[in-house]
Amino acid sequence: MGAVMGTFSSLQTKQRRPSKDIAWWYYQYQRDKIEDELEMTIVCHRPEGLEQLEAQTNFTKRELQVLYRGFKNECPSGVVNEETFKQIYAQFFPHGDASTYAHYLFNAFDTTQTGSVKFEDFVTALSILLRGTVHEKLRWTFNLYDINKDGYINKEEMIDIVKAIYDMMGKYTYPVLKEDTPRQHVDVFFQKMDKNKDGIVTLDEFLESCQEDDNIMRSLQLFQNVM
Amino acid sequence: MAAGVAAWLPFARAAAIGWMPVANCPMPLAPADKNKRQDELIILNVSGRRFQTWRTTLERYPDTLLGSTEKEFFFNEDTKEYFFDRDPEVFRCVLNFYRTGKLHYPRYECISAYDDELAFYGILPEIIGDCCYEEYKDRKRENAERLMDDNDSENNQESMPSLSFRQTMWRAFENPHTSTLALVFYYVTGFFIAVSVITNVVETVPCGTVPGSKELPCGERYSVAFFCLDTACVMIFTVEYLLRLFAPPSRYRFIRSVMSIIDVVAIMPYYIGLVMTDNEDVSGAFVTLRVFRVFRIFKFSRHSQGLRILGYTLKSCASELGFLLFSLTMAIIIFATVMFYAEKGSSASKFTSIPASFWYTIVTMTTLGYGDMVPKTIAGKIFGSICSLSGVLVIALPVPVIVSNFSRIYHQNQRADKRRAQKKARLARIRVAKTGSSNAYLHSKRNGLLNEALELTGTPEDEHMGKTTSLIESQHHHLLHCLEKTTNHEFIDEQMFEQNCMESSMQNYPSTRSPSLSSHPGLTTTCCSRRSKKTTHLPNSNLPATRLRSMQELSTIHIQGSEQPSLTTSRSSLNLKADDGLRPNCKTSQITTAIISIPTPPALTPEGESRPPPASPGPNTNIPSIASNVVKVSAL
Repeated sequence: MGAVMGTFSSLQTKQRRPSKDIAWWYYQYQRDKIEDELEMTIVCHRPEGLEQLEAQTNFTKRELQVLYRGFKNECPSGVVNEETFKQIYAQFFPHGDASTYAHYLFNAFDTTQTGSVKFEDFVTALSILLRGTVHEKLRWTFNLYDINKDGYINKEEMIDIVKAIYDMMGKYTYPVLKEDTPRQHVDVFFQKMDKNKDGIVTLDEFLESCQEDDNIMRSLQLFQNVM
Repeated sequence: MAAGVAAWLPFARAAAIGWMPVANCPMPLAPADKNKRQDELIILNVSGRRFQTWRTTLERYPDTLLGSTEKEFFFNEDTKEYFFDRDPEVFRCVLNFYRTGKLHYPRYECISAYDDELAFYGILPEIIGDCCYEEYKDRKRENAERLMDDNDSENNQESMPSLSFRQTMWRAFENPHTSTLALVFYYVTGFFIAVSVITNVVETVPCGTVPGSKELPCGERYSVAFFCLDTACVMIFTVEYLLRLFAPPSRYRFIRSVMSIIDVVAIMPYYIGLVMTDNEDVSGAFVTLRVFRVFRIFKFSRHSQGLRILGYTLKSCASELGFLLFSLTMAIIIFATVMFYAEKGSSASKFTSIPASFWYTIVTMTTLGYGDMVPKTIAGKIFGSICSLSGVLVIALPVPVIVSNFSRIYHQNQRADKRRAQKKARLARIRVAKTGSSNAYLHSKRNGLLNEALELTGTPEDEHMGKTTSLIESQHHHLLHCLEKTTNHEFIDEQMFEQNCMESSMQNYPSTRSPSLSSHPGLTTTCCSRRSKKTTHLPNSNLPATRLRSMQELSTIHIQGSEQPSLTTSRSSLNLKADDGLRPNCKTSQITTAIISIPTPPALTPEGESRPPPASPGPNTNIPSIASNVVKVSAL
């Protein structure tokens, strides 16, 4: 069962044209123009079969069912675009601004860089995050931090990420957030991660440093039983 | 957090892995999911219609009935489903709320039914979605108005005995139908307002010539008469105003209200005229003041609801009226300017200035067209026609808005009046139903003992009568019966009670003999109050059937008593009487206990008095004579 690309075409609206009033015509014309533009973007997507997904991911059928129900409820069209993604994520962090971090997350989920996350992508990423090996998780996290996807994390990328995380905290924190807190945080991070002190962190450096740190190892197992 | 988004919490938690490497300190422990059971389907059976949903769907809102453990009260063990004896249509909306997080209000549903259902399921109406919220609020407001109307008219009908004089006066002013005095006052003031207005009008009519001078208006010819009329009206208005000033609960608010201002303006000119002398200088101003006398006509608005509605409409359409005025002004200025410049060239043109052209523009735009100013140039005529065309448009646009507002308010008022009128009929129906049920009880009481008696006697043909009453009815009647026994009083119908009262007062017995009987006789009397409702007509009287029968029965029994002192053996004789068509109205066992001579004629008099005195005095006089040695049968 392949993915079916259905389009919400404007054919329906073209059939509903009872009268030829000038004003009405003009209005319809404008609307059709807009709808033609939207035609390409509104897609209705159906995911691959349950068995296939079960084989590809580490979830059981039941878990996939629950996941899909929640997914479909929020996104009836079958795909998440970045706006919806940001809105959903923002609901969990009402204090601050989660949009930047959601943006980076979205890019991490959207492996094919199409601008929309399908259910398969969603479930694949979740499978890694919740049921994957430590290696896989760390690799996913590295991918998240690597904003421009060039295989290396430099300081600016890291500062952006950390700033985004701090943004989610909002204004009212204790102790009060200062301007250079993210930068200081990144400095500490780089000290730990950057083995050869060349200003960038490669995947191997990242993996090695994280596996040395007990805290990180422990916290990676934290969300084991989320599903 | 929206319900649907709660399903995304696992994702948000998983995404938190992105923070882990950056964090410097250890993370807190995750909460354990103790009862991690597989999501299961719940069956909700609402009046036979089965809805199914996931348990987690319902648990999204734990502070509602379905989301909390409260629903366990409705769990049916046999069928393993939750059964609710409620409306399935509204339940559809409720369940959709759990599914989608949005509560919708169906338009066809009655607002109070919907509110009841929401209250049952523990859902606050405030979370109704935006799409349906306005409709819901509108309906709710209408309903509240209706309830308020009902309450108001109820309050008006109640007699509030503890009203002060001032409060009664205020009520009388506000609603002239509360008492005849208020109605009289209402009509008198109305009459005087009319007289005053007509006087003002007639004053200026030329009234025929006095020989030797020019034609005079009536006001000057009969000045004394008109002055007296005016004085009288103003006196009445002043008195009325002072009374109104005295009555209201909040004088300050009253003084600021429109009606009070109109009242003041209506009577002021007279007093000012009295104060000022007939000086030539101020007479001009005096004449101006007289114009204000026409405001008296506005006093009619207290008397006419339509006027009030009109005023209210104009007030509520203030913005539309303002727009009308503004657009008219704009158009007038534009066209006046154009016409002025167009007609500037023509000689002897009446359009001497732009303000002078205003008059032309107004007259043309409102399609009056007096013709005192007409354009003469071609350009002027062209622009003049454009002016008249646009005038029609500009005026026609805001008018329908005002009209629709007026119609809406007017119909609201009509509905309120109709509801009030229907309310009387409704209350009458309720009263009839109530008396019907109480009569049913009395009826069944009579039949009840009758049936018990018949059971003892074994007459088959009347046993079926008892079975016609349902189980619920019989239980209800049993309950009322127990109440009677408890209080040693009985239920009787209204007419008989009134009769009893009348007759007890007529007989002038000592006050200790109350119609409701002292305890000892009461005991005996209450048990034997059954009366059969068979419509047998007795030959010697034309009384109403029930009382007649009661009289007859009593007289019969008394006669029986006189023949047979002991009625304990009268069972057979009662049966004989039954053959006669009269049913015994007491259980025999009760009759035995009732053999007590009671020298209480008043107890009997309800019987004897249950008919107009002149009708048949015979049995009445009989009874007291044999009262002493005859069982007193009934108090009714």
